[in-house]
Amino acid sequence: MMVGDLPYKELARRLAGAGLRLRTGPVVSRIRSRLPAVVHGVALHYANHTIEDEDGFADFRVGVVVPPSLRRWVKPQVLFEFDGALPFLPLPAPQAFAMLEWGLNWCVSNHCHQYLIVHSAAVEKSGRALLLPGPPGSGKSTLCAGLISRGWRLLSDELALLDLASGSVVPLTRPVSLKNASIDAIRRFAPEALLGPPVHDTVKGSVAHMKPPTESAHRANETARPRWIALPRFERGAAARLERLSKAQAFMQLADNAFNYDVHGRRGFELLADVVTRSDCFAFRYGSLEDAVPVFDAIARQP
Amino acid sequence: MSTPPAHLIGLALGNPQALADLSLPQWEALVCHARRANLLPRIAVALDDLGLLYEVPAAPRAHLVAARTLAHAQADAVRREVAHIDRALAASGVPVVLLKGAAYLLADMPAARGRMFSDIDILVPRAALPEVEAKLMLNGWAAIKTTAYDQRYYRQWMHELPPLRHIRRQTVLDVHHAILPTTARLKPDSAKLLADSRRLLGEPRLRILAPHDIVLHSATHLFCNEDVGNSLRDLVDLDSLLRDFAQKGDFWPRLSSRAAELDLTRPLYYALRYAVRILDTPVPARVQSAAEMGRPPAALRGLMDTLFMQTLQPERAAEWLASLARGSLYLRAHWLRMPPLLLACHLLVKTFRREQATAH
Repeated sequence: MMVGDLPYKELARRLAGAGLRLRTGPVVSRIRSRLPAVVHGVALHYANHTIEDEDGFADFRVGVVVPPSLRRWVKPQVLFEFDGALPFLPLPAPQAFAMLEWGLNWCVSNHCHQYLIVHSAAVEKSGRALLLPGPPGSGKSTLCAGLISRGWRLLSDELALLDLASGSVVPLTRPVSLKNASIDAIRRFAPEALLGPPVHDTVKGSVAHMKPPTESAHRANETARPRWIALPRFERGAAARLERLSKAQAFMQLADNAFNYDVHGRRGFELLADVVTRSDCFAFRYGSLEDAVPVFDAIARQP
Repeated sequence: MSTPPAHLIGLALGNPQALADLSLPQWEALVCHARRANLLPRIAVALDDLGLLYEVPAAPRAHLVAARTLAHAQADAVRREVAHIDRALAASGVPVVLLKGAAYLLADMPAARGRMFSDIDILVPRAALPEVEAKLMLNGWAAIKTTAYDQRYYRQWMHELPPLRHIRRQTVLDVHHAILPTTARLKPDSAKLLADSRRLLGEPRLRILAPHDIVLHSATHLFCNEDVGNSLRDLVDLDSLLRDFAQKGDFWPRLSSRAAELDLTRPLYYALRYAVRILDTPVPARVQSAAEMGRPPAALRGLMDTLFMQTLQPERAAEWLASLARGSLYLRAHWLRMPPLLLACHLLVKTFRREQATAH
């Protein structure tokens, strides 16, 4: 069953009760929340995601809750709950859905050491994956949102999960997090994209999430082999320019952006070496999505 | 569905064979609670020793294997870090005693298997602190807490230097001169601990405490520390240490007399009581009765039973009750660390500083 198959009231009831068992790629999260912003966000962004059975296994038990204090009446705050503990400081209530998304990222990057996890967007075309590694602010989410609006399949916006045995990217299909000027850039570039309501004054500025394309959500169990690595860098007014990057530089960039490279030791080294060996590696500068997307469409047409 | 998760953790550690019958929702509960207690890799190791890890259903197994991978990486990091510390202090000739996790690991004790590590703790003679601190700073360790109040708090009242962090590796090191704060009610004599410490096998300079003292330090840490979140993990350490040392013939008879020498009969009493009750640790009856010398008055014991059983088996309690118990133990730990007036001043400063921090 999909989230979209549930009537809104039933979805709210499950989120308020024992929790909604939401599957995103290999991860099942049991999510609890009574906050309307969370119910709304889940209904919008995860409509095409699978709900798992009650008698199955959830990887993470999470919740977004209002702390029991008098503040709930003045400037309400919300907390992220994980395994019954509270790993983060509270955030203002309007950021409830963003907090769920950040919390879920944290769950995966801190615990799923069956993968080598790279801070990277990942998209796919004809079975081949393009990795866009980079720290926040590099423009990877914007480029990712642009590409998936033009036929690329979304594997992940934040966390590229590399399978240790095969080196393939395991999809973790979740909403794309757009910040500040990127929100309007995507609205202009892809008016049909579904964006949630922007929330302002977060640590990252204004944030709006973009719903994953339906096909990407449905194909969340199909892995893809890395074929291209491009280090994105957004620069206002710059023309799109793709430059070769040496394998060694690409390796260091992946390792620098990995969350758990140190956990895997030699195995992690060999995996990344393998990934860069069979990928074309680039540095990519761009100033507009209109210029940027055709560049990747062109390399995807090559055999 | 009906087995409470607290029993699941006990079952997983004591009788891993029994996990074969768990349903997926029970696995979910076990993974969730064991992860929170930092015991997931420990359970993975227990299953693997019996060749049962690959019988576990794939979804929970992924967490067990991932946690074990993380614990291995942490153990490697601790070994490397200890080598750095040893090298930094080599020229000083100061005896460096490894404490807790690092000691278990470097001495190859079963307690280190599948254990998660965070900071490294060492013990040195108080007189050597200035030299040790200077050598460490020359080699890249710097104080994390730099306010005048924090510096004074540690240097005047605590049993350790302000925590140090290495500027490149970001690892945290606690340099102790005692195992309890200078201001604490109990006064274990560090000179006795150092005198009885022994050389670590295969290491020219590094030392560890004597077996009795390792157990007593672990008990002290468990029952006088405000870090209540790791209580069950600490109790598992203690269980593992006791089972290991029990195989040496002369271990049990001297345990409670050593506790008396070090002013630690109360922590030993609690440690043995809860290890036996919660983890079925095989403590001989005569050792339990010898430990009775540390027994608290009946009313206090009743209260402590309630508090410790709540925190050590949090899954059994309602969340508010467990949280109340954790809060009470946090206060108790502070109460044991400082005389009342000093404690009141310290808590006042902490509250005031928190207000300031949130106001900014």
